[in-house]
Amino acid sequence: MSFQRTQEKLKILADAAKYDVSCSSSGSKRANTNKGLGDATGMGICHSYTEDGRCVSLLKILLTNHCIFDCAYCVTRKSNDVKRAAFKVQEVVDLTINFYRRNYIEGLFLSSGIFKSADYTMERLVAVAKKLRLEENFNGYIHLKSIPGASDELMREAGLYADRLSVNIEIPTEAGLKKLAPDKKREDFIKPMVKVKNEIIQYNAEKKIIKSTPKFAPAGQSTQMIIGASGENDFQIMQTSNHFYKSYNLKRVYYSGYVPISYDDRLPQIGSAVPMLRENRLYQTDWLMRFYGFDVSEILNEQHQNLDLDVDPKLSWALRNLHEFPVDVNTADQRMLARIPGLGMKSVFKIINARRFRKLNWEHLKKIGVALNRAQYFMVCDSNQFEKRDLTSEKIKGLILQNSTSKYQKMLSNQLSLFG
Amino acid sequence: MQAKNLIYDGTFDGFLSTIFYVFEHKLKTVTIQNEFTVQQGLFSENESIHTDEVKANRVWKGIKSKLSSNGSYQLYYAFLSEEVGVEDLLLDYIQYALSQQKKVDKDYSHPSILKIAQIAKSVGREKHRMEAFVRFRLTKDDIYFASIEPDFNVLPLIEKHFKRRYADQKWVIYDIKRGYGLFYDLKTVELINMDFPENFNFTKTDNAFFATQEFEFQKLWQDYFKATNIASRKNMKLHIRHVPKRYWKYLSEKQPN
Repeated sequence: MSFQRTQEKLKILADAAKYDVSCSSSGSKRANTNKGLGDATGMGICHSYTEDGRCVSLLKILLTNHCIFDCAYCVTRKSNDVKRAAFKVQEVVDLTINFYRRNYIEGLFLSSGIFKSADYTMERLVAVAKKLRLEENFNGYIHLKSIPGASDELMREAGLYADRLSVNIEIPTEAGLKKLAPDKKREDFIKPMVKVKNEIIQYNAEKKIIKSTPKFAPAGQSTQMIIGASGENDFQIMQTSNHFYKSYNLKRVYYSGYVPISYDDRLPQIGSAVPMLRENRLYQTDWLMRFYGFDVSEILNEQHQNLDLDVDPKLSWALRNLHEFPVDVNTADQRMLARIPGLGMKSVFKIINARRFRKLNWEHLKKIGVALNRAQYFMVCDSNQFEKRDLTSEKIKGLILQNSTSKYQKMLSNQLSLFG
Repeated sequence: MQAKNLIYDGTFDGFLSTIFYVFEHKLKTVTIQNEFTVQQGLFSENESIHTDEVKANRVWKGIKSKLSSNGSYQLYYAFLSEEVGVEDLLLDYIQYALSQQKKVDKDYSHPSILKIAQIAKSVGREKHRMEAFVRFRLTKDDIYFASIEPDFNVLPLIEKHFKRRYADQKWVIYDIKRGYGLFYDLKTVELINMDFPENFNFTKTDNAFFATQEFEFQKLWQDYFKATNIASRKNMKLHIRHVPKRYWKYLSEKQPN
């Protein structure tokens, strides 16, 4: 491996890969049973964090940034004037192994621009994973991109070596996709996703009968959508997200605030702010759907097509549904506890456990770690002190905002002044 | 009855032997300190406790039967925090646990239980950080070497993780603060004490000790770290919260070029 050439390529191909936000390295079950290198059984580990505060868990690179497509939102698009490079299969293997041995990473996230054809590209991604597994005895985490349009045979092979596969749908609606990526079709994204979904179902069924059935993508599939590039509202985005979770059994949908990289007039111009707060609110909604027992239509629907920026989506839901409150924390079931603003699932479980021993009062709840600033208006506990005034939603929201400082304060006032 | 101050040798077995002593003599007003950090109380009488593995095992078995597995983990984790006064909290926890019929480790509104759960949580966090922030450097004798200075004594907790993961390479993880380390020789992990050369600088990769290729991979890693950052999303506050500054000196990617 020539150090200088590899160094040059690494700079180009890491830079081009950084807009893919998935960094998850958890959820696999690949144990180190062969006295080889690596183990992917536990929870994921973030080995470092970049200065933008995002976790570095995997060596995230493109195999090449040569691409035959011209998607407006993509930095690697054919018409963009950037330096191009391509790794050899062995170079990626060497980098992965040597970074892993030094405990820099949990594994590899390999994506690629599409050169020649979908299958030609997918074949090379699979070759890297295969070499790592079979020649290097590598049991660390491997995340491969499913290249849109790749054949079923290649997707099957990919799943045998990779822990996770993902294909990014990028644009939440088909109309948006048509506008920004005219050469791409929704079906091409869906095809590999369906194949992988079916293979996982088949694997789970066969494993019950034959324990030694080779693993198939044990950490499942994920996808990503760009936020704020093509004019969709939050309702449309979360509906799409919900559809993908339900129809394709995805492990994760990622939301990536659009970072302006182009002067194309179909897109936000270079220099406009990355919608980080909106991205954060979408993730909160995603969590409410997956872990807090909310249905997406409770949070976003025809009447409420966009998430509030100044308060989190659970508080926003609670303010619209004051008739459900106050909740008594000493008697309420898990479902209702999880709906109290300011209570995370950790606190919910702590409360359920702790109230078996004695009735809980404000002091207990505060020590357990409940965010009382928000929660106090929505609950009662073992105390005769509670909110007795008949407050309106606006009044409660005002009181909460008065007593809190958002880490997004600066962004919030900027964003609001845009519309105000 | 006069207050007693029991002094043990700093080991977990020593601590459990002390607990045995407390129950054996039905002591009421008692404090426990390890022999390295003893502070003389004004009105208490010091007594040194002999570490007895058999008694320690008996106590540990008794405690485990009264707690969920998570509860006994928490006790051990909290013990490894080495925080001043943690022994007294543990004693209170254990006395409460043994006096109750049902398992109490989830009684989060009991002050000692909550406190121990919180300390155990910090120790768990430090353990996880060390699994993340250990940076091996390849030495000339083909050993992957890492030095750490964790806030708590987490080496015993991370052994299994590293042994399972790096089964095909020799490695050392050395706790500079506590002066001991783990060495894996491709078969087993052993506790070691090392003498370092006078001029050995733990944060510098010196070509007298480290392999030539080590420099290249550190450089590649630093380049990667820079290239993967998105400048327009810069958020140093978040960065520092995730990677507190006290860990930077051992992170290859945070070294000046």
